[in-house]
Amino acid sequence: MTTDTLEPTVTLNTVWPKIRRRAWLTVLVPCTVLLYLAYTWFAFDITGLLAKARPDRAAILATDSVAYKVQVEKNFRSDTFEVAIEGERTATYDNTDLPDWIDLSGDNAVVDLGEGYEIEIDGKTALFTIPNFGVIRGTATETGVETKLPEGPVPDWVKVDPRKLEVRPTIDRRLQITKTKIEVHNYFAGWENFWFPFRSPLYGMSFSELYALALNADRIDPDYSNLWFVVEEFLSNPDWQHGAVLTALFETIMMAVLGTLTAALFGLPLAFLAARNFTPSLVLRFGTRRLFDFLRGIDMLIWSLIFIRAFGLGPLTGALAIAFTDTGSLGKLFSEALENIDNRQVEGVRATGANQLQRYRFGVIPQILPVFVSQVLYYLESNTRSATVIGALGAGGIGLLLVETMKTSRDWENTSYIIILTIVVVILMDQMSSWLRRKLIEGR
Amino acid sequence: MAVAALEQEILSLRKHRQLYSLIGLLLVVAVLVSGYSKANSMNSGGFLQGLSKFFDYPGEIVAEAIDAGPAFFGQILHFLPAMMETLNIALVATLLGGAGAVVLAMASTRNVDSWGPLIPVVRRIMDVMRAFPELIIALFLIFVLGSSPVPAMIAVAFHTAGALGKLFSEVNDNIDRKPIEGLSACGANWLQRIRFAVLPQVAPNYLSYFLLRLEINVRASAILGFVGAGGIGQELRRTIGWGKGAGDETAAIFVLLFITIMIIDQLSSWLRGRLVGSSRAH
Repeated sequence: MTTDTLEPTVTLNTVWPKIRRRAWLTVLVPCTVLLYLAYTWFAFDITGLLAKARPDRAAILATDSVAYKVQVEKNFRSDTFEVAIEGERTATYDNTDLPDWIDLSGDNAVVDLGEGYEIEIDGKTALFTIPNFGVIRGTATETGVETKLPEGPVPDWVKVDPRKLEVRPTIDRRLQITKTKIEVHNYFAGWENFWFPFRSPLYGMSFSELYALALNADRIDPDYSNLWFVVEEFLSNPDWQHGAVLTALFETIMMAVLGTLTAALFGLPLAFLAARNFTPSLVLRFGTRRLFDFLRGIDMLIWSLIFIRAFGLGPLTGALAIAFTDTGSLGKLFSEALENIDNRQVEGVRATGANQLQRYRFGVIPQILPVFVSQVLYYLESNTRSATVIGALGAGGIGLLLVETMKTSRDWENTSYIIILTIVVVILMDQMSSWLRRKLIEGR
Repeated sequence: MAVAALEQEILSLRKHRQLYSLIGLLLVVAVLVSGYSKANSMNSGGFLQGLSKFFDYPGEIVAEAIDAGPAFFGQILHFLPAMMETLNIALVATLLGGAGAVVLAMASTRNVDSWGPLIPVVRRIMDVMRAFPELIIALFLIFVLGSSPVPAMIAVAFHTAGALGKLFSEVNDNIDRKPIEGLSACGANWLQRIRFAVLPQVAPNYLSYFLLRLEINVRASAILGFVGAGGIGQELRRTIGWGKGAGDETAAIFVLLFITIMIIDQLSSWLRGRLVGSSRAH
C-alpha cells in the first residue's frame, strides 16, 4: 500500500468545468426526454387515437362484467313470448313459471322494472312509463315503428328511427322495438348461472343444500355418486366452462414450471463451459457464450412461433419456447456467478484430496446455490406471466382462451372471470416463489 | 463424551439434509417426467412427430430468403420503421414507467423518510402492478382504444412502474443516511433532501436497472405487437398469416429482431458495466 503525500490540489479551474458540465446535463437531459416524448406523441398519433377511442366500449365491458340481463322478447313473426337470461335458448324460463316482476296475461304483459319504471306490452304496442318524464309509446307496424313521445325536447337516451326505437333511461333498463319484435332488457348485478347451468337440477341451490345433497345416498344420476355429479355439473357448465378454464390455467402453469426447470437443468452445466475459471479453452468458452446470446436473442416470440409450427398447440410448445430462451438467460447469469466464486473454498476441498467431481460438489455448488435458487425462482414467477403471452400467440393455455373470449366480445363476464383467475394465479406464484426464496436462502 | 455426542448430532443433521436434498431432487425429476409426458399428451402435435418437422419451418423460410437473394437485405430495411415503432413503445414505456417507479420508490422506503402509513400501501400497490400480466392490460386497451401502439405502451409502462419500483426501493434501502441527516440539519425539506442527498447516491443503480428493464421491454413490446399493438410484432403476424410465399419477409423480420435485441443487450450491458462496475451489473 502506498500513500500519496502530494494531495491533489483542488482549484477553481478544475472544479468549474465539472460544475458547468453537470449544470448542462441537468438542463439537457430533461429537455431531451421531453422532446422525445413530444415526438412520440405525434409518432403514435395520440391526438387521432383519442378522437377514435371508444370509451363506451369500456363502459359496456364494465357493466357487462358485473351484471347480466334478463331479456323479455315478444316476437311477432313466430308469435312467441320468451323470457330468457342473456337471451340464451338454453336459459329460457317456462312461461308458466316466470320471475315475479313479469305479469303475463295471454299475449300481453306488464314488466315492472322497479323504481316506478314500467313497460306495458299490449299487442304490437309498448308503453314505457318513466318517472319524471312521462310515457313513451312505440308501436310496431308492417313497415317500421311508430313512436309517440311526450311533449318537449327528445333526451339523448331515446333513439328514434323509422325502423327502430331504442329507449334506455338508465343503464340497467332498456326497451327496443323493431317491426318484428319488442324486446325488454332488465339488468341485474352479478354473474348469471355461475355455479350451475340453468337447466341443471342443481340450479339455484345454496351451499348447505349442495353439501347435504353430496352426502345423500339417493343418487340424482344413477351412474355417478352425488358428489361427483355436483363437480361434473359445475365443471361442464356451458356458459362458464369452468373445466376448460381450469385446464387452460393448468396448462399455463405447466408451461412456466416445465420451461423454467428445463432451462435451469441445461443452463447450469453449460454455464460451467462458459465460465473463465472452469473452462480454459477459449474456443469452447466463446462458443458457449455465443450459444447463450443466440438463444436469448432469438427471443421467446420467435421460438414460440417456430415451436407452434413443429409441435402444434399445447403446453409442450410453450414449455419448450420458455426453456430455449431461458437456457440462454439463466446460463449467462450462472456463468457470471461462477466467475465470481471464492477460489479458496475450492482449494480447501482440493487439499483434502478430493477429485474433480468432489471439488465441484463441495467447493463450487454450495457457493452458487443461493444465486441458482433465487434466479430460478425469479424466472419461474416472471415466466408465469410470459406463459400467458405465449399462449396468446397460439400456444394455448389461458392466454389463448382470453384472446378468443375477447374476440367473440359477447360475454364480457367470461372475460373478466378469466382475467381475475389469471391475476390470482400470477399473484399466487409470485407469493409462493418469494416464500420459497425466503425459506431456502435465508433459512426458515 | 461431549465430542462424540456432537459428532452424532452433526451426522444425524447431515443425514437429514441429505434426505431433504434427495426428496427435493426426486420431486423435481418427478415434476419434469410427469409434466412432460402430460404436456406431450395434451399437445395437439406430439414431441416425436414434431421433432422431425422441427427444422421444416426454419428451413422453409431460410430457403425462401436465399431465393430472394440481395432483395432480402432490402426487405430488412423495409421493416426498419416497424422496428423503430417497437423500440419507441419500449423506450416511452420504460421512461414513463421509470418515472412512476421513482415516485413509488420514494414513497415506500423508510430509509428515505417516506411518510410511514403510506409505505405498506404503496408496497402492496406495487405488488399488484407487477402481477398484472401486460397481455391483459394491452388486450383490454386495444379493445377500447383500437389497434395502435399506445395500448402496448401503457400496458408495459404499468408493469414497469411496479417492477422497477420494487428494485428502486431496494436500492433506497441500502443508501447512506448521513447526507440526508446533514441536509435536514441545514433545514432542508423532504423534496430537497431527496434531490440533493438521495438521488445522487442512487442514480447509477437506478440507471442500470432502467437499462435492464429497457432490454426486457423491447422484447415485451415486440410480443405485444403480435396481439395487435403495432410495431414489428404486427408485421410478423401479417407475414406469418400469409403462409407460404411470405417466408422471406418473415425471415427478414426474424433477422431484424435478432440483431436489434443483440445490439440493445450488448449496449445496455456495456453501459451498466460502466455505471456500477461490471461485477454488480447483473
